[in-house]
Amino acid sequence: MDTYLPIDNWQLAIAASLILINICLSLGLRLGLAKRLGIAAFRMVVQLLLVGYILGWVFSLDNPLWVMLLVLTMSAIAGNASVNRTRRRFPSIYWNSLLSILAASAFVTSLLVNGIIHIDPWYDPQYVIPLLGMVLGNALTGTSLALDRFMEDLVSRRSQIESLLAMGATRWEAANETIKEALRTGMIPTINSMTVLGLVSLPGMMTGQMLAGVNPANAVRYQIVIYFTIAAGTALACIGIILLAFRVLFSPNHQLRLERLQKVEF
Amino acid sequence: MSQNTLEDSTSTRVDNQSIPILLIEKIGRKVQENWIWQNISFELVAGDRLAVVGPSGSGKSLLLRTLAGLDSIQSGHITFRGKALSGWNMPQFRSQVIYLHQQPALYEGTVESNLQQVYRLAVYRNRTYDRSQILDYLSSLGRSADFLNCSTEQLSGGEQQIVACLRVLQLSPQVLLLDEPTASLDSTSTRHLEALIDRWQQSESNRSCLWTSHDPVQIERVATRKLVISEATGNVDGHLSTD
Repeated sequence: MDTYLPIDNWQLAIAASLILINICLSLGLRLGLAKRLGIAAFRMVVQLLLVGYILGWVFSLDNPLWVMLLVLTMSAIAGNASVNRTRRRFPSIYWNSLLSILAASAFVTSLLVNGIIHIDPWYDPQYVIPLLGMVLGNALTGTSLALDRFMEDLVSRRSQIESLLAMGATRWEAANETIKEALRTGMIPTINSMTVLGLVSLPGMMTGQMLAGVNPANAVRYQIVIYFTIAAGTALACIGIILLAFRVLFSPNHQLRLERLQKVEF
Repeated sequence: MSQNTLEDSTSTRVDNQSIPILLIEKIGRKVQENWIWQNISFELVAGDRLAVVGPSGSGKSLLLRTLAGLDSIQSGHITFRGKALSGWNMPQFRSQVIYLHQQPALYEGTVESNLQQVYRLAVYRNRTYDRSQILDYLSSLGRSADFLNCSTEQLSGGEQQIVACLRVLQLSPQVLLLDEPTASLDSTSTRHLEALIDRWQQSESNRSCLWTSHDPVQIERVATRKLVISEATGNVDGHLSTD
């Protein structure tokens, strides 16, 4: 692994000047994107440098408590972002999202690092943090799509669901189709990207490992393992959030409680 | 919406049994801190034909939904066959007291598949779809067996209402809560459907129904008693005038 070339500040600055290409294009073609491009570029640089320092610091501490704190923080951000992409809210939606994303991601990631890769110590942040990050990212996309679909479908199919309830369906029977549709929607991005993986896109982790000098055959094995983990994590997180939402939006005495949903204005 | 009161302006009363099937005691429904109606009390006895009348927005549909347990009450008690509503297994209760929505909600597919689908529910697992009964219903509505093969998307609003009504009639409930069941039907089909509902009710002595309708003439035809939901005139609690 002696082929790895670090990037120093000068090289970073030269790369950053590439944004000038975008800004010139925007000004020349009057796209009106110059300001937003500048802000986005600035945010990306600051966020990533900051994350680099924080991760470097946590890696150097070698303390499980700090690693767990980082895990919690990342999950909280993912849980929050997942809800923010949906069009409706119910009272406990943020907690439910955090709970399902954290439980699903922590479960599959710990299975991966301790059951398959066998890292030592068990919390080694060099493995735990990037792997968890990938699982969280996919769980976030999956849960926000599933949750959004579930809530929208409950509203649009209200009369069908309520006529089933009125004829004696249990809340589970009445919601069954809607739940299945939501889970399907949540899993589609993962399934789609697995289908074309390596053909259309080279996944980031594999690319990263290859840049760091890992032989492609090994990098591919890591990518396969992580993708199975991602698929399992996304499925569990989607099931978790949909079941929690189901419990809120259907009462134990089999009523649809749509008044608990609030529409969000963007 | 201000307070509503309920009067029970009974003309005649069919009284077969002393124990009411449904006993409604001082129920009230609140939506976002406003009472839609409160202090509604009445009894539904075997063979009853009750009409709920009142202006638009007075909460007639809401009352029927509430009786079916689709919405919760904020005050009062509902008792079905001597047992409080909260003590009933809700699907079991709703298989006997069925609310028929004003807007029919059918699935994609044929009329017959819509009629069959409901038997997949756990509460009807001991029952099976009875085609001959449906054909019998259809003939009294002046329709042939071909109607069963129609796709629901091609049906008119009135035909959809007929399918939704057949779907609940075949389940032979004890109480039917009918929310404007003939609103999109022409006068002939309306009479046919009324006759069919009457037949369902006549076939067992303990069956009773609650109707809402905008048509006072229809109310006179189908109901023997009336519940009037009207705006209260400064009377905060509302009152009930008994029959």
